[in-house]
Amino acid sequence: MTDKASRIEALRRRYLELKAAGDNLAPKALPGPTAPGSAPVLAAAIRHREEIPGGWYWTARLSRGERLRIVNGNATPGVSVFLWNAEDPSERYNSADTMKLQWTAALPKGRVLFSDMGRVLASVVEDTCGAHDTVVGGSTPASNAAKYGDATLRSTAENMRLAASKFGLGKRDLAPVISFFSPVQVTAEGTFAWAEGKLVAGDFVELRAEMNLLVAVSNCPHPFAPGASFAPQPIEAVIWQGPAPADDDLCRTATAEAVRGFENTDPLFAGR
Amino acid sequence: MTVTVTPAVLDAANAVYDFTIPATRPWSHVVKRGQILRIVDLEGCQAVDTLFYNAHDFAERYSAQDTLLAQGSAYVSTGTKLVSNDGNVMATVVADSCGRHDTSAGACSCEANTVRFGHHTRYMHACRENFVIEVTKWGMTKRDVVPNINFFMNVPIEPDGKLAIVDGISAPGSHVDIRAEMDILCVVSNCPQVNNPCNGFDPTPVRVLIWDGEAA
Repeated sequence: MTDKASRIEALRRRYLELKAAGDNLAPKALPGPTAPGSAPVLAAAIRHREEIPGGWYWTARLSRGERLRIVNGNATPGVSVFLWNAEDPSERYNSADTMKLQWTAALPKGRVLFSDMGRVLASVVEDTCGAHDTVVGGSTPASNAAKYGDATLRSTAENMRLAASKFGLGKRDLAPVISFFSPVQVTAEGTFAWAEGKLVAGDFVELRAEMNLLVAVSNCPHPFAPGASFAPQPIEAVIWQGPAPADDDLCRTATAEAVRGFENTDPLFAGR
Repeated sequence: MTVTVTPAVLDAANAVYDFTIPATRPWSHVVKRGQILRIVDLEGCQAVDTLFYNAHDFAERYSAQDTLLAQGSAYVSTGTKLVSNDGNVMATVVADSCGRHDTSAGACSCEANTVRFGHHTRYMHACRENFVIEVTKWGMTKRDVVPNINFFMNVPIEPDGKLAIVDGISAPGSHVDIRAEMDILCVVSNCPQVNNPCNGFDPTPVRVLIWDGEAA
């Protein structure tokens, strides 16, 4: 065997060893969506609640451990979110790492949202819907022009610019977003499809902040959502202090990758 | 804009720029509006992580989501218009002998490697190190590094969302031709990853050539 062939063979063997090591920390089966009506918010633990009108954006700061529940009372199709590390906003949500590190574009309850620094920004601790999109993201003036014939309608692209500006951030601080309540699928042919029947009035997603966060939310319809008229419905944002994660917390332990992501995250807060 | 140059007639002898990016190394260069950039996967199965910036305003840059939204499908190939975060077409893929390129899985980084492969991979060279080295030459920072295109990297996304980097489909000599629709700064990381199959466990050189186009 040549030197090069043996080097490649050694690397391939190492990859298989890494893969086997990962498999030993076998992923837990994810539990499926949160049942509607379960997982109540403790009223006494609510710090803030607010209705976000259809088409608008909203910003918030979350402390590590706080939860943001987004309640989609009218099944509006698409609520986009972007996250920054509040203490260093050069660290931010990374759609590519979130997908690649978890081997999936699907981000239901039990998954986590990764930053570009191999750390966990937030965990999806509750989710009645299970149909979210971080491949295509949100609407733009161009998509509104194509879909509704009006580029001046409110869009996620412009909302995110506005939201970022309220933290003193700008265009360079934005990157691909995640859109919750957006059942976008990639078909076998590589095209995108919107899965009908996945959105139910009253759906909610709850994120637990795993570091101190700046949060931007845009309440604009996903560009692939059916419907010829622009009719985003209000949503509700609830910030509350939920219970601290237990040792066997689903999101912290569901996969070997999540475990290592938290091993990268927790030292930021060690000794505080 | 009308295409008057067909990539089939491009001859390396007429290229105005011809450079081989060594294995694992970064590269950047401005490609003027109308010029054609060819990236050649010399030995096959070599991921070429690529970003584009408006050469006159780096805050306008390649946007994977705007690109996929505009074309309505998940992979980059011939005909794909590469769209910026301002919704402008920065470049068009005018020829592609490979067939399919990823723009969802992004670039490897030291930090992401620890999550994917274990903490012992922390101190291995990675694409985002290359990107930062290269964009800082132009006055940019890590903030300016966004999810990129991975030419010659095969990342199928299944209908249930499953996504994995699988063995490449790029043969030795595969190439992609990209026509600049504005003056663009192209930034490449010739991917150094050896922990997964994206480079066949053996990073290799790639060649970049630029031709002056005749496109109006």
